[in-house]
Amino acid sequence: MLDVGFVSSLLASSIRAGTPLLYATLGETLTERSGILNLGVEGIMITGAFTGFAVSVLTGNPWLGVLFAGFAGMALAFIHAFFSVTLKANQPITGLMIVLLGLGITGFFGRSYIGEVAVYINPIHIPHLSTLPYLGEILFTHDPLAYIAVILAAVLWFLLFKTRYGLEIIATGENPEAADSVGVDVDRVRYICTLMGGFLVGIGGAYLSLAYAKLWTEGMTAGRGWISLALVIFSGWMPQRAVLGAYLFGGLDVLSFKLQAIGVGIPYHFMKMVPYVVTIVVLLFSVIRKRAAFGAPAALGIPYVRGKKE
Amino acid sequence: MKGKFLVLIALAVLAAGLLAGCAGEEGKQATTTTPTPVKTTTAEGKKELKAAFVYVSPIGDAGWTYSHDLGRQYIEKVYGVETAFADNVAEGGDDERVIREFAEQGYDVIFTTSFGFMDATITVAEDFPDTIFEHCSGYKTAENVGTYFGRMYQARYLSGMVAGAMTETNKIGYVAAVPIPEVIRGINAFALGVKKVNPEAKVYVVWTGTWYDPGDEKDAAISLIDEGCDVIAQHQDSPAAQQAAEERGVYSIGYHTDMSKFAPNAHLTSAVWNWSVIYSYIIEQVMQGTWKSEQIWWGIDKGVVGLAPFNDAVPEDVRKIVEEEKQKYINGEVPEQYPFVGPIYDQQGNLVKAEGEVMTDEELLSMSFFVDNVVGEIPAASK
Repeated sequence: MLDVGFVSSLLASSIRAGTPLLYATLGETLTERSGILNLGVEGIMITGAFTGFAVSVLTGNPWLGVLFAGFAGMALAFIHAFFSVTLKANQPITGLMIVLLGLGITGFFGRSYIGEVAVYINPIHIPHLSTLPYLGEILFTHDPLAYIAVILAAVLWFLLFKTRYGLEIIATGENPEAADSVGVDVDRVRYICTLMGGFLVGIGGAYLSLAYAKLWTEGMTAGRGWISLALVIFSGWMPQRAVLGAYLFGGLDVLSFKLQAIGVGIPYHFMKMVPYVVTIVVLLFSVIRKRAAFGAPAALGIPYVRGKKE
Repeated sequence: MKGKFLVLIALAVLAAGLLAGCAGEEGKQATTTTPTPVKTTTAEGKKELKAAFVYVSPIGDAGWTYSHDLGRQYIEKVYGVETAFADNVAEGGDDERVIREFAEQGYDVIFTTSFGFMDATITVAEDFPDTIFEHCSGYKTAENVGTYFGRMYQARYLSGMVAGAMTETNKIGYVAAVPIPEVIRGINAFALGVKKVNPEAKVYVVWTGTWYDPGDEKDAAISLIDEGCDVIAQHQDSPAAQQAAEERGVYSIGYHTDMSKFAPNAHLTSAVWNWSVIYSYIIEQVMQGTWKSEQIWWGIDKGVVGLAPFNDAVPEDVRKIVEEEKQKYINGEVPEQYPFVGPIYDQQGNLVKAEGEVMTDEELLSMSFFVDNVVGEIPAASK
């Protein structure tokens, strides 16, 4: 029963289920790379899911929905940036506040949109390529947002590791004093990274409501924001690893259903636990090995005040 | 420093995982907003009966809570009862406070519509002996606390007949919520309906562990469709499984309320609740002063459960045999527990009930096995 068809449809589903995670993970990676820990991913994601859906309902244009979902994510991220960067507040607490804020606001305003029908983003079957045996189904039958996510991961990788801006971002996250001393505007970099991160997380939410589940309902992110936080750690703050991680975590979710459908009884509780266990194992491994490549940005979560040593 | 911080993150991730896990089990949708009682308009000014409803999830426009709210609107319209409701009330969280507030505000009857409200209802009822409480789907009663529920398995059985008649691959998918007796009973009744018309067909069960996660429920449905299932049934509140069937061009059977609008082509019928029947009965009893604590568990003969209108694709002969089975309940030709009448075999082929033996209500309420044409396992600690 575990034939090639099973595997290829599993892989195709993994990409679908992993894409919202990928957007959120890329966004949070960018934010954390600059030294800002934004635990509000779940709240930003649900806000993006709602905004994207509502704008698509109102305008009939799902892409406008995606854009506004990004802006809504930015708006929430701005609150976090203001508290974290300008007010030097406790970042985990502000982040958790963002979660409650996002869930609350969307629960309140989203009520009248439950059951509405929006215009959705549908898969496109790329001519010729999508008819390839197996590979076609796995790689070339997705919606445009799924492809954009992978391109974004590449762009982010290039930005972070191959450009001067990336160097400034990483320096800001690792050692803001040093960055400051060579003329990098630490606060500015952190604001930009947090806002852009929020934009991407918001799009991840819109993917859920407009391309994946294709409906809006209160609390529909159902913990995917938290999974993304785990994914950032899992991927070692590397955009390229985030791609694999997101598809892997998405795939684990789908795998439990697929195994059940062919009659292999694995308790769903177990499969839901796996991503967190894997993350903790990776984390332990990285602490033990002390490998820089796995490490968090050294100044992550620490407010930067010029001239004041931590 | 770095190590310490990583440990902190690890703890945060672990806590988040636990939180997500807990929320996943019962009412993940019930944790976000603080419920405030919503008062709805009253028809006339004279001294009327006041009834309050406590819901576990947002009303939305499909699903369990929506079905109860239709009942609330019905008694408001027909009996002129002044009603109020609080939705999205967390079980074991805000529930006791919300119920108590309604009692303090002088509501005559308070309906609590989720199993998890049972203890809170009993607790508050002790402090307000003059208020009538009605708890849906529970088993604890008191002088002033009655319970009510519907024999949904009867409608499930009929909807299973439709699925069994319509499948061509003889593989029917069932997207199941959480392994509790109510869900298992629904699956078995459905499977017995399938078997009645199509002994060759099997019901494939996939558990999502959710009551409302459209993403996961859609994936579960797609997994079943990928394995060749051409009819998809479901238990959860979200219509995601219906949409998956619509997108993939297979049939579907809905639940709770008529889900046809979410899948106009796929949707064959839904097993639906009609709570207005029970609410009307209770309100009439209260109005006449004859109310007493009862354990109501009514079926299709009273109209508490039933089927949504059929899709045009369902042929006349199928409609006819389903209607004939339905009439058996109404005419009293079969016991209320039907289709749980022997011979019933479990998945291992053991005879659970011999020919002609009827399962008791207690056995129905604690059901923990699958009948023989179900493929899948019941996740349980004992296995």
